[in-house]
Amino acid sequence: MAEVLVLVDHVDGALRKTTSELLTIARRLGEPSAVFIGSGFDAAKEGLAAYGAEKVYRVDADLSGFLVVPQAEALAAVVAQASPAAVLVASSPEGKEIAARLAVKLGSGLITDAVDVQSDGAGGVATTQTVFAGSYTVKATVTKGTPVIAVKPNSAAPEAVSGAATEVAVAFEPSALAQSAKIVSAAPKAKTGRPELTEAAIVVSGGRGTGGDFSKVEAFADSLGAAVGASRAAVDAGWYPHSHQVGQTGKQVSPQLYVACGISGAIQHRAGMQTSKTIVAVNKDEEAPIFELVDFGVIGDLFAVLPQATDAVAVAKA
Amino acid sequence: MNIVVCVKYVPDAQAERTFNASDSTTDRVNVDGLLSELDEYAVEEALKIVEAGEGEVTVLTIGPDNASDAIKKALQMGADKGVHVIDDAIHGSDALATSLLLAKAIEKIGRPDLVITGMSSTDGIMGVVPTMLAERLGLPAVTFASELTVGAGSVSARRDGDVASQTIEATLPALVSVTDQINEPRYPSFKGIMAAKKKTVDTWSLADLGVSAAEVGLDAAWTKVTSFEARPPRAKGTIVKDEGDGGAKLAGFLAERKFI
Repeated sequence: MAEVLVLVDHVDGALRKTTSELLTIARRLGEPSAVFIGSGFDAAKEGLAAYGAEKVYRVDADLSGFLVVPQAEALAAVVAQASPAAVLVASSPEGKEIAARLAVKLGSGLITDAVDVQSDGAGGVATTQTVFAGSYTVKATVTKGTPVIAVKPNSAAPEAVSGAATEVAVAFEPSALAQSAKIVSAAPKAKTGRPELTEAAIVVSGGRGTGGDFSKVEAFADSLGAAVGASRAAVDAGWYPHSHQVGQTGKQVSPQLYVACGISGAIQHRAGMQTSKTIVAVNKDEEAPIFELVDFGVIGDLFAVLPQATDAVAVAKA
Repeated sequence: MNIVVCVKYVPDAQAERTFNASDSTTDRVNVDGLLSELDEYAVEEALKIVEAGEGEVTVLTIGPDNASDAIKKALQMGADKGVHVIDDAIHGSDALATSLLLAKAIEKIGRPDLVITGMSSTDGIMGVVPTMLAERLGLPAVTFASELTVGAGSVSARRDGDVASQTIEATLPALVSVTDQINEPRYPSFKGIMAAKKKTVDTWSLADLGVSAAEVGLDAAWTKVTSFEARPPRAKGTIVKDEGDGGAKLAGFLAERKFI
């Protein structure tokens, strides 16, 4: 059975959830092989074996300060060695950039933002994407080269299966091009203790209706263990950081539950959350377009509704 | 500083966007289009750089006849000249083919110091063409810049990521993609609109770029859409008016759906 490469998404060896999802998808298509680039391999190895990685290609290189170029080069080197049936990466901004450079290097078709990947029964892949602000579902396939697929978080339920995780060392040196752009400094964001927006099972977002006061939105999110999002209006007003923006020009999220608070539901916002499984909204304006999408909606002031809901959740969980 | 800005003419997101039934490509003719909103930030940034120093801004697009509207808007904003790559054989090209055509056109324009793009289109929203283009041109790519400073022989950009705000430096020539946080795009002035009428727009075919029709278009695409389907509208939900019990009802719904 042909190998299917999964680029391990990790921070210094701490695996992100997408890695186990990608390994689970890889098993549908062939034999999962993980590609680990960077430092922290020992911390990652067990987690890769636990989700069925039969092989782990290990590229030991200190790539701190580099952008994506060396990762694309290293991945291309592994592809040359393994001749895989497909390459899977996380559909994050960084993952998509690696995939873009890899696809050009390999002369291979690239599909991004896949929400499902299956075998097409003929040795190829069949992907599903949602497009045009979630209004269409598109099925597509790669017709040339080694399929490179960027898969969105939460696209598969991780299945624990033990794999051999046989280590294969890959020798690698970054090119001159890799040196031509560097991260010269990084100011870490304050940790909120909340889950990452695109991976979270529940997202609670605030918009114009917060008037800039996100405290009630955050308190409700914390009662549910949710990530906090914001509409473009709230971000443009400087009320919440851009990295939390949900929408066409921010993050596209697809959680189990999305709660929109004081958000009217313009197309710009809907493009980022319309594929959420369950949608709830709280808005004073009963004409707000967000109510066309909801499973449950409350016409009311979020400053009254959210605290009451927060208390009720606390009572229910106690 | 010579800058090429790559722009795209896209179906208006406010309109009913759809596909061509015959070949599953995006309908770019029967749906009103415009310069992709996210590309306005790229045009604005290029204009600011040239206005603060010297040089020329060339705006480049690929697309059918009506894509010239995207160039026109950029020229009205203040770009110096336009290049429109147009050829029937391009229809149905995917990201790899698009990046190939952009790379060939940029080589023909004469290698600029800087290529600026938006962070993604507003129709396909893959966001991969800038990086593919950089790979083809052998350039460093500084993507998702929310602030850009151009120095002698290098650029410095701020990128706001999930875990950190980074400062990135790259040597020139380079490609930079910008976010909607970087600036406030100008509206074309009356003077700008009049001046744009006198600006040059070159139209180039595949032959002008030395690209064979077999390398691009739907038949040559590296990926293929096998089907498209309108998502069914969401079933109408329950909507209640808050009469002092809205929060409790909301929590009740969440409990019923097993979220708490």
